[in-house]
Amino acid sequence: MVIDFVVCIKQVPQTGEVEVDPDTGNLLREGVQSQLNPYDLHALEAAFRLREEVGGTVTALSMGPSQAESAVREAFWMGADRGILLSDRRFAGADTLATAYTLACAINQIACDLVITGLQTTDGDTGQVGPGIAEFLQVPHVCYVDEIRSVAAEMIRVLVGLGEVQHTVEVPLPGVISVTRSANQPRLPSFRRKLATADWQVDVWDADNLRPVSDGEGPFFGLEGSATRVQRIFPPPSRPESETWRGDGQQLAERMMTKLKELRFL
Amino acid sequence: MTALRVDTEKCDGCELCKQACPFGAIEMKEGRPHFTDDCRLCPVCSEECPQKAISLPGEDSAAGAGSGDVMVAAELRGGGGEFAPVTLELLGEGLRLAEQAEGKVHVVVVGHEISCEPKRLLAYGVSTVQVYDHPQLQPFRPLPHTKALQDAVQRLRPDAVLMAASEKGRSLAPRLAVRLRTGLTADCTSLQMTSSGELKQTRPAFGGDIMATIATETRPQMATVRPGVMEPAQKRPKKQGAAVHTGEFCPDDRPTVRVSEVKSAPRGRTIADADVVVAAGRGVRQPEDLQLLQKLADVLGGMVGCSRPLVENGWLPNTRQVGLSGRTVRARLYIACGISGAIQHVAGMRQSDIIFAINRDEKAPIFDVADYAVVGDLYEVIPALLSTVQEGGSVDAV
Ligand SMILES: Cc1cc2nc3c(=O)[nH]c(=O)nc-3n(C[C@H](O)[C@H](O)[C@H](O)COP(=O)(O)OP(=O)(O)OC[C@H]3O[C@@H](n4cnc5c(N)ncnc54)[C@H](O)[C@@H]3O)c2cc1C
Ligand SMILES: Nc1ncnc2c1ncn2[C@@H]1O[C@H](COP(=O)(O)O)[C@@H](O)[C@H]1O
Repeated sequence: MVIDFVVCIKQVPQTGEVEVDPDTGNLLREGVQSQLNPYDLHALEAAFRLREEVGGTVTALSMGPSQAESAVREAFWMGADRGILLSDRRFAGADTLATAYTLACAINQIACDLVITGLQTTDGDTGQVGPGIAEFLQVPHVCYVDEIRSVAAEMIRVLVGLGEVQHTVEVPLPGVISVTRSANQPRLPSFRRKLATADWQVDVWDADNLRPVSDGEGPFFGLEGSATRVQRIFPPPSRPESETWRGDGQQLAERMMTKLKELRFL
Repeated sequence: MTALRVDTEKCDGCELCKQACPFGAIEMKEGRPHFTDDCRLCPVCSEECPQKAISLPGEDSAAGAGSGDVMVAAELRGGGGEFAPVTLELLGEGLRLAEQAEGKVHVVVVGHEISCEPKRLLAYGVSTVQVYDHPQLQPFRPLPHTKALQDAVQRLRPDAVLMAASEKGRSLAPRLAVRLRTGLTADCTSLQMTSSGELKQTRPAFGGDIMATIATETRPQMATVRPGVMEPAQKRPKKQGAAVHTGEFCPDDRPTVRVSEVKSAPRGRTIADADVVVAAGRGVRQPEDLQLLQKLADVLGGMVGCSRPLVENGWLPNTRQVGLSGRTVRARLYIACGISGAIQHVAGMRQSDIIFAINRDEKAPIFDVADYAVVGDLYEVIPALLSTVQEGGSVDAV
């Protein structure tokens, strides 16, 4: 048995580095380093381990601007067999509906038995894209995969964490899973593979390369194909009337002590 | 959807439609008309209906839009034995929104052998409780649950759908949204509804320290809300006309997942339930130093939480992370130690009753949400506090 895997990966800004201009409210994205969404490293690792077990190919798939090619390349260094970047101005401004649609169109055009996504991205942070892809492809999905137990013909068995309960779930293939960061410990990109894959091409597809995933509908690309719109951005509200205490450690500790006693926490 | 639609609120069960139907395609179930496969979508029953409760497909494609009706998906726990607390929080929010738009609230309960008495929810002031009870709906699986909620949406045609941003809700809502080809806004921290039923959804955005208000151009407008964020609903004197409706769940034959084992998750105390949270941020220099905060938490009978970088470093498990992508806490006392106060962190703790923040940087945004801004070095303040407490400790030891 072989399984063809597609792993969806996204390039995101490094956390904690996106700043907002206090005067204009605009985002200062310049000079912000990008990285591969940390959750997606676990998605890639899950695919590599399954490939070792059953054989098959791992395709890294990303939608983003042309710089995102470096994220796909990083997937090569870790072990991906093929990389596709969906890049087109028409894809820009996509919400999760349009993102899931666009990725699903691409997946529909290549050999794929199991789609693996990260649980969420560190910038969008919705976790909505994986299940969205599954619905567009009309295949089953599970999120919150904490552990991959086994694979058998036409089926993968996983452990799903749903808060107060854990389910052992058999997902028939083709299907979609999104994995948490407990699922595995991702490998580091290898220098040997970096050299070996130096001349590999990332396939770059634009909107004209994609066929609609469902007949007579769409395409839902980019801002145009999105259902949600940002109406307003504003700085967060602050809590009024606070007390500010200054002093040395001992003085501050004593004030805290007094206050905590007054409030009956001590 | 190609079927005639019955507004169950308007229908008074007079059966004139049934008598009028030239194809004998109407059956009464629980006093409401249902259309069999013989229905040809002719307008006879709709014209006959004195209540104007029956509409043709397409005729009302914009119906629902503007009604201000809100549908809330309840979340069950323990195999249907109880409602997760977030259910009442969603109800509270749904009722508040529907009031703004003069709409109704419908709550949908999906499961099997539901033993927590869904009709109890009527006491909170909702218009209807919709129950889908079927063996396929327990244990939780995304596809069958999507189907049940899809059915509810298509029958009720709400303007807005609220769901929990819990593990289940986050597995389900995106799938439902795509099936309905509508927008979904995750982890909203505040919601408002205009009188015309437009939902204004606010959440931190763009990965920056900024809030965005998001509108949805399609209907229904779907939003998820993290547990612990909204005020739970309170019981009210019962509303007239409130009713329990049994939804018909028709399993489809699409392949779906099989749950072969259900276990309760290893369960520690969670910070979401803790009265007192002492939270560590990047101001804590090394993992060993968390001991210091743990001691403070012990003295106060609380738990240690943290900001996201500490989880990323592997210093604490992600169940301890407070914030937008972690847990929401509503502690009686929250002490933020060496936390800058990024909006994503604040989103998960600002509802705490009393907030102390210890930070060296007087300009740290955490001070904007703190009741007591302690400008100082946590490595000086906390040890001093601990020894002061220990000196006076005899008081507590009695
Ligand atoms: C989509 C998204 C979701 C996110 N979700 C979350 C989330 O759920 N939870 C979360 O916490 N973050 C989240 N973040 C990250 C968040 O934006 C911040 O990066 C993070 O909260 C910063 O953590 P921090 O305050 O501990 O670190 P820093 O911002 O580095 O702040 C450290 C603070 O410690 C102070 N300090 C240093 N030394 C001392 C000392 N000795 N004594 C006293 N003070 C000291 C400094 O003055 C500084 O203010 C998210 C980010 C994104 C993009
Ligand atoms: N632009 C994108 N390109 C490829 N994969 C994506 C993209 N956006 C989201 N994903 C995948 O969907 C997961 C969830 O993302 P999100 O819904 O944005 O939190 C990520 O971990 C990725 O695996």
